Amino acid sequence: MKFTKTFAAGAVSLAALIAGTAAFADCGIQGAGSVRILSNDFEALRIVNDVATSCATAAVTVTANATAEHKNIQGPALTVNPAEYSVAVVANNSIVPLLNEDLIRPLDDLVAKYGQSLQPNQLIKIDGKVMAIAFMGNGQHMFYRKDILEKAGVAVPTSYEEVLVAAQKIKDAGLMDYPLAASDKPGWDLAAEFVNMYLGTGADFFAPGSAELAIDNENGRKVLETMRAMTGFMNPDYLTYDANELNKIWDAGSVAIMSQWGSLAGAATDPATANADIAANTAFAAAPTIGGGTIPAAALWWDGFSIAKNISDADAEVSFQAMVKGISPETVAAHPHAATWLVAGYEPGPAAVGVIGNATGGARAYPMQPYMGLLHTALSAELADFIAGKEEADQALADVKAAYDTAAKEGGFLK
Amino acid sequence: MPHRTFFAFILPSILAMALFITLPIISVVVQSLFVQHEAVLITVENCTPFGCETQTRVDTEAMAKLQEERPLGQFAGFANYFNRNHLALSEIASILSDNQGIGDIVGRVFNLPFYKALSFTLVYCFLVTPLAMALGFAIALAVNTLPRLLKGPTIFVSILPMIITPLVGSLILAWMFNPTGILGASLQSLTGDPTLSLRASPVLTWIVLLAYGVWTNGPFSFVVFYAGLQTVPQDTVESAKIDGASRWEVIRHVIIPHLAPLATFVALVQLMDNFRVFEPIVGFSAEANATSLSWLVFNDLVGQDSQLFGSAAATSVITIIGVLMLVAPVLRRTWRDFTQKAV
Repeated sequence: MKFTKTFAAGAVSLAALIAGTAAFADCGIQGAGSVRILSNDFEALRIVNDVATSCATAAVTVTANATAEHKNIQGPALTVNPAEYSVAVVANNSIVPLLNEDLIRPLDDLVAKYGQSLQPNQLIKIDGKVMAIAFMGNGQHMFYRKDILEKAGVAVPTSYEEVLVAAQKIKDAGLMDYPLAASDKPGWDLAAEFVNMYLGTGADFFAPGSAELAIDNENGRKVLETMRAMTGFMNPDYLTYDANELNKIWDAGSVAIMSQWGSLAGAATDPATANADIAANTAFAAAPTIGGGTIPAAALWWDGFSIAKNISDADAEVSFQAMVKGISPETVAAHPHAATWLVAGYEPGPAAVGVIGNATGGARAYPMQPYMGLLHTALSAELADFIAGKEEADQALADVKAAYDTAAKEGGFLK
Repeated sequence: MPHRTFFAFILPSILAMALFITLPIISVVVQSLFVQHEAVLITVENCTPFGCETQTRVDTEAMAKLQEERPLGQFAGFANYFNRNHLALSEIASILSDNQGIGDIVGRVFNLPFYKALSFTLVYCFLVTPLAMALGFAIALAVNTLPRLLKGPTIFVSILPMIITPLVGSLILAWMFNPTGILGASLQSLTGDPTLSLRASPVLTWIVLLAYGVWTNGPFSFVVFYAGLQTVPQDTVESAKIDGASRWEVIRHVIIPHLAPLATFVALVQLMDNFRVFEPIVGFSAEANATSLSWLVFNDLVGQDSQLFGSAAATSVITIIGVLMLVAPVLRRTWRDFTQKAV
């Protein structure tokens, strides 16, 4: 896998050399060294990686490894000295282990030197120091079918309560048996659903300034109740659907309203890949509110790049320059629909409506507390029984707390 | 063979086993006795594209110092083994001291992650092993009666489930059992129940996983038993037939006793294998209804944002102990047979 990627990267740079006058052949990178990118694997990141790899010259080598396993690789790969990768493309959650282990470097001086094209809100500042550069926003929001809602005579829902009413009407009208869908597969996806809705209640996951869990309350119960009510309108196989699976059943035309990632919105409406009839009737909106709340019940995510600590300063300098080129306004201008870019000059297209709606609606960012990952793990395993209908909300919340406390003690966050 | 020569031959293998099996097991055992250092937390202001928030973060300098002093973390003794995510001793004690009858006890014990996983692991182990052996034996008997020309292709088809990578095999079956897949859709139309989904209820999920287990494990028994069938003394079979034994009686009184030692071997290998069941759970996306000990280890280590090495190590050690307990009776019997023969 890695070999083929390296090979492909080599081929790209070779092609650029042969072309000689290719637009990206010279990115004006100062210095010499090697750029080694590790990133997640979806379209927008592949575009950024491709632009960065096209910057390779005789003095600068660039390789990229885009893989869904990046979270499992990044820790060990950046711990060794020199690090296996010079650039780690991260998000709200995956930057936390790197910060906890002190594996990425502050970027303030590099930003001052090479970051003229960056906007102030792209800088991820931890305790006043720039630790990553964000380039796109993401989040789960509502996908809906215009034609089905119209036939059922319902307006576009803005709260989960309205979503349930709309689902009932669609079902009653005989349009669909299972109008709703969400990524309820036990594991990361199921936990993310809970996190989204809980953020929408406005409450916090932890007692202020500590790792003490604080979800066993009315808000937690409201979230679980809503999740359970939604499953009544879902295909009986809902326990096996993750985010990628959702796009398939959406494309098959069997769902009217679902909660899905903004980064997959482009694929759902892309005439090249999507079912034309469905794509024409697919529309996006901000995530619904929950329990009378006023903000979209979804976490806001940013994707950005960070530079490894355990590499030479020369590698860090060329890596930073190559990545700034990768996320430059020119890249965004060439691929305006690939993501909800946070880069200067970006005009949001129709596929970005949901994520922008979340952000302008005041949705909250996915928490960056060091123990949030442990809670996510506890939720992912312990909510399975509840969402399968095998236990009640009180028991589920108690189980989550017990599992989290155990893990947090082992992780050294609780006594 | 002189002892010296024997050791010279076996030494590379012993070295390799020490290096690749013994040492890793020792490291896992050591790891399981430790938890991570107490985190030094500081409150800082984090700014993202969506605004600034006051959040806690780990003080990496202080942690690096702790890590340097004691690289393994804090010694915790058997805490990892006894906490709620493993043997859950205090939870079990409180369930036993305060409950509403046996149903309540069972329900609450199997709500604990370890016992939930253990229940499926054991059921899988003890149902799949004998059923797969029976299936393999039946196929071996059938293939053995085929004309020579048909034997090769039949054997090839019969061992296909073993050739296919387990994860790929389970994915193929999972897609076929999907309500829109060929088996799922056929079942819906046969039963006349359009909502029937084999992946929606725990019982059906378990049945599908067990069926997969038998399908994928059958060929191993088949191959071994088929080889064994070639060694059945034909004289005994023929004399039994002359004495008027039916085909079933020949199998019952000649072939099965002849293959019994082989069956012990197959059972041993299969029990160990099935106790580590993992791939079908991931392949069938069955995490909601079925988990196994190996899946618990996997869940501690990957897929999420933080890794719990101590917890994963504790589950691994428990798995090793479980395998030893499972194979102990078989091993003891083999040892007894061996010593008896030696006498």
